[in-house]
Amino acid sequence: MAKLKELAAQEERFTGGHRGCAGCGASIIARQVLMAAEQPIVVGCATGCLEVFSTIYPYSAWNVPYIHNAFENVAATMAGVEAAYKALKKKGKIKKDLRFIAFGGDGGTYDIGIQALSGMIERRHRVLYVCYNNEAYMNTGIQRSSATPRGAHTTTSPAGKVIPGKMQLRKNLTEIIIAHEPAYAAQTTFGYWNDLVTKVRKALDADGPSFINIYAPCRLGWAYAPEKTVKVSKMSVETCIWPCYEYQDGKYRITVKPKEKKPITEFLKMQGRFSHLFKWKDDVPIKEFQAEVDTIWERLLKRSETE
Amino acid sequence: MIVARTGNEAMAEAMRQINPDVVAAYPITPATEVVQLFSKFVHDGLVDTEFVPVESEHSACSACCGASAAGVRVMTSTSSQGLALMHEILFIAAGLRLPIAICLVNRSLSSPINIHCDHSDTLASRDAGWLQIYTENVQEAYDTTIQLVKIAEQALLPGIVSTDAFIISHGMERVELLDDKEVPKFLGERKVEYSLLDVDNPITIGGLDLQDYFYEHKRSEIDAMDHVLPIIEKVQKEFGDKFGRYYSTVDEYKMDDAEVAIMAMGSTGGTAKVAVERMREKGKKVGLVRCRVYRPFPEKAMLKALTKVKVLGIMDRSDTLSTLGGHLYNDARSILYESDARPLIKNYIYGLGGRDISIEEIETIYEELFDIQKSGKVDKNIVYFGVRGE
Repeated sequence: MAKLKELAAQEERFTGGHRGCAGCGASIIARQVLMAAEQPIVVGCATGCLEVFSTIYPYSAWNVPYIHNAFENVAATMAGVEAAYKALKKKGKIKKDLRFIAFGGDGGTYDIGIQALSGMIERRHRVLYVCYNNEAYMNTGIQRSSATPRGAHTTTSPAGKVIPGKMQLRKNLTEIIIAHEPAYAAQTTFGYWNDLVTKVRKALDADGPSFINIYAPCRLGWAYAPEKTVKVSKMSVETCIWPCYEYQDGKYRITVKPKEKKPITEFLKMQGRFSHLFKWKDDVPIKEFQAEVDTIWERLLKRSETE
Repeated sequence: MIVARTGNEAMAEAMRQINPDVVAAYPITPATEVVQLFSKFVHDGLVDTEFVPVESEHSACSACCGASAAGVRVMTSTSSQGLALMHEILFIAAGLRLPIAICLVNRSLSSPINIHCDHSDTLASRDAGWLQIYTENVQEAYDTTIQLVKIAEQALLPGIVSTDAFIISHGMERVELLDDKEVPKFLGERKVEYSLLDVDNPITIGGLDLQDYFYEHKRSEIDAMDHVLPIIEKVQKEFGDKFGRYYSTVDEYKMDDAEVAIMAMGSTGGTAKVAVERMREKGKKVGLVRCRVYRPFPEKAMLKALTKVKVLGIMDRSDTLSTLGGHLYNDARSILYESDARPLIKNYIYGLGGRDISIEEIETIYEELFDIQKSGKVDKNIVYFGVRGE
């Protein structure tokens, strides 16, 4: 288990001074992931918020080698980097043991980048893919993605007079990745920093492709006060909207079990993106979202080992 | 060693001898064989390459970028739709100055779907910042593949070497292969100033570049293209001095006393050379200017060649769909604008979707050029040669 004192004493590999919003979840994730890594790492980043706010030339927040290529191809780009590393390793031209981490938002991961990600895992590249999932295209100004939950307001699924936000349920990307039988897969969020750090270490130790889907509250897109970010992150786990679990060697394990499973309304009411649902003529969108959360949670309980 | 090889086999053979560190590729007709043959080399232990059999050409080009940024020698192969799918990443590879080499087979772009030769695929990627070299025969494709790796790495620019679909890619010819040991010796190891794998000296590649710096960086990329011709010429000469086969950016054939000439690219150069011979047997002084290096455009050498004649037929195996004719035609007209000597020019768009072009047809073009010489005027500047209903 990681100790806060030790983590705090480490040299910052993702530094401050970047242009992320106050209360930005994605930047906390980048910092925690890089803190967790115990080996030298090389990072790739898909086009998106994290890429934009951390590398505005001539500045860079990254104290590790970093490459950005395009929106949909961070998995393929890092597959190429890892292949080059293997080629040099084979020839004895590189001595150090390196690890590779790809970062993508839900747009670059769930949607436009899913093909490259699927290919990277199927070909067994030893890369940790981190999705910082803020449930919409935040970089371009809050448009819906396949990770956007039922009922959420985005600029392309607005809370209208006839249609109350997004009509569809979220895609369960973590399960799609698990179907690829990666060496390690998990969901977590930074409110449970120890869970996140432990999972990153497990993923980097796993001999093969790994994937961590990290819930990334976005104060701008989700519409809440910046200082609430960690609270929103924790509430996502307490309501089971974002279960923290892992999958390795064919086994599921729930890593953070809420003492008491709270209704999703506790999470929804913290954020402006759901405010219209409480004024809507019926409670269908909330009921559908709650049903989805319950189904997935029950299934996870059945699949996971008892602790 | 003298062997019989198709264009695809010869390109794959060159790749085996180059022994790149990383090859990331996706099969596509008619370049599939290059990828297939290379996979066999990997699985038979004939190369040390990390082969990444990606799930698309988009990922092929992306993985090549990642590997090249890590400082290793990188190659791939594709054609037509595959190159079109790479299109977005082609610009990024060039902008990041990653010297990736593509063994390409020229095939027409959809729609209509077709698998045969024209140059619409590479010409649609003309402005991506890649070097483009079009070859006439299997030997040249083999030799140029080896040259391109060296040129690209010295210029820090990516490049494409291409053959005409089926005509060269599947046509078997006599080829002289170099000794396996000679190729790595000629190329040397790739040396890089910066590598993504140098964790002690971390660099950020591909940062966001706004109004205050983008233009300077783009200008430096343009500058690299402005200065690459001498590198190409130097590598062509080194290759010739070492192996006895010399190439030039512009291939002139019987141009010194020619009255009329054809300008073309790719395998049509070979067909036209036979037509030149036949015409000359009849006492008609004709010549050929083959554009071998298309990007960067070898302006000086091309101008020198084109202004040797009074009448020029420019054969384009592509159209710009702009009412302005083909790509070569537009390039030629552009460089001739400032020239004192301006030949009369006629643009012949031909061979789209693999429509065959024969020696006899090229002879009729030469005859037409003589008619233009006689009348002193071009009736129609752009014609679609060999198409029904014209």
